[in-house]
Amino acid sequence: MSTSEPTEQDHSLESAWTLVFLAWLIASASTLGALFLSQVMGVVPCVLCWYQRIFMFPLVLILAAGLFPFDARIVRYALPLTVVGWMITFFHVLVAAGVVPEAVTPCAQGIPCKEQAIEWFGFLTIPWLSLIAFSLIGLLLILTHFKVSR
Amino acid sequence: MKKDVQVKKGAQGKKPVQNKKAVFLGSAVVLLAVFVFGAFLYTSEKLDKSAKAAERNLALLLREHAPKLGPADAKVQLVEFFDPACGTCREFSPFVKDLMKSNSGKMRLSLRYAPFHRGSDNVVKILEAARKQDKFWETLDAVFASQPRWAPNHKAEVELLWPHLGNLGLDLERIKRDMYAPEIEQVIAQDLADAKALNVTMTPEFFVNGRPLPSFGYEQLRNLVNDAVAKAYP
Repeated sequence: MSTSEPTEQDHSLESAWTLVFLAWLIASASTLGALFLSQVMGVVPCVLCWYQRIFMFPLVLILAAGLFPFDARIVRYALPLTVVGWMITFFHVLVAAGVVPEAVTPCAQGIPCKEQAIEWFGFLTIPWLSLIAFSLIGLLLILTHFKVSR
Repeated sequence: MKKDVQVKKGAQGKKPVQNKKAVFLGSAVVLLAVFVFGAFLYTSEKLDKSAKAAERNLALLLREHAPKLGPADAKVQLVEFFDPACGTCREFSPFVKDLMKSNSGKMRLSLRYAPFHRGSDNVVKILEAARKQDKFWETLDAVFASQPRWAPNHKAEVELLWPHLGNLGLDLERIKRDMYAPEIEQVIAQDLADAKALNVTMTPEFFVNGRPLPSFGYEQLRNLVNDAVAKAYP
């Protein structure tokens, strides 16, 4: 098994590494994007945005730690953060869309979560970007799980 | 049976690991570079825009009604948007006074209201009513000095403020009558409208002869003032 010939297992490990690496890329881009919005552009994050940050920012470090050396258990550690972050984001999207009334959310005071600071191409708002990021990270991690357990 | 897939040092050749590290570090560097470059572009563009806008909007900055300190013919106009309930405004107050002192005769300070905290518009009303009794600056000092007592949790509570205004020789009954005058309401509305037009979203915000601070801080304000003084009084 331990010859220089690449085995099938090596191949699936290779692609699992790539999947986690892509998840890390998305988490890093999201984190830097969030920091850009708040620290450079001066957009004040609402309460729900803060909760999403709490679940997105650590992914950058946890996923990176799982890459070197590659540790397939990274899925166990990163997926709970991703799932909870995804649920908060989904709730935020509902608030922004007006499905959930703002009054029952914790952001009625201070910065309203319903108000949208940016809107790209007419539909891409911050909560949508966040939902896309969490969804992709979750998807990549689930794929990783199947790659290594097969 | 293939449970033990993680960390098989032998299974991963040396070379791919090196490549992976290069890819990882490379992307980290690219991401950070994009961030820094973007931040640089954004702030320089914003500074450019706001400097131009502020110069164009000098009329918005220098309003007749604003409380002022310093000679009318001073060539350096310092305009401060402030919120009486804002902690940083309180911290800046002695610093601004020192600046005025060390450039005395050359600077004029205009204070503009930006009551962003909840309830702090009522404190502004008290300040304006005290102004009618010629006690604006003393009252402002007392308001700042006692700020932690009457603005718990960033919410201004006028009831907690009254006891701290007792020793200033103010006619408090008259203040309570005067503070709801429509012209005071108008002053606040005007200041808030100007703040919005000038893109003032946080307090304190300073403008020196129409120029905003390049970035926030004591040193930046001192430098901006010193530059303007050096230019106006060679």
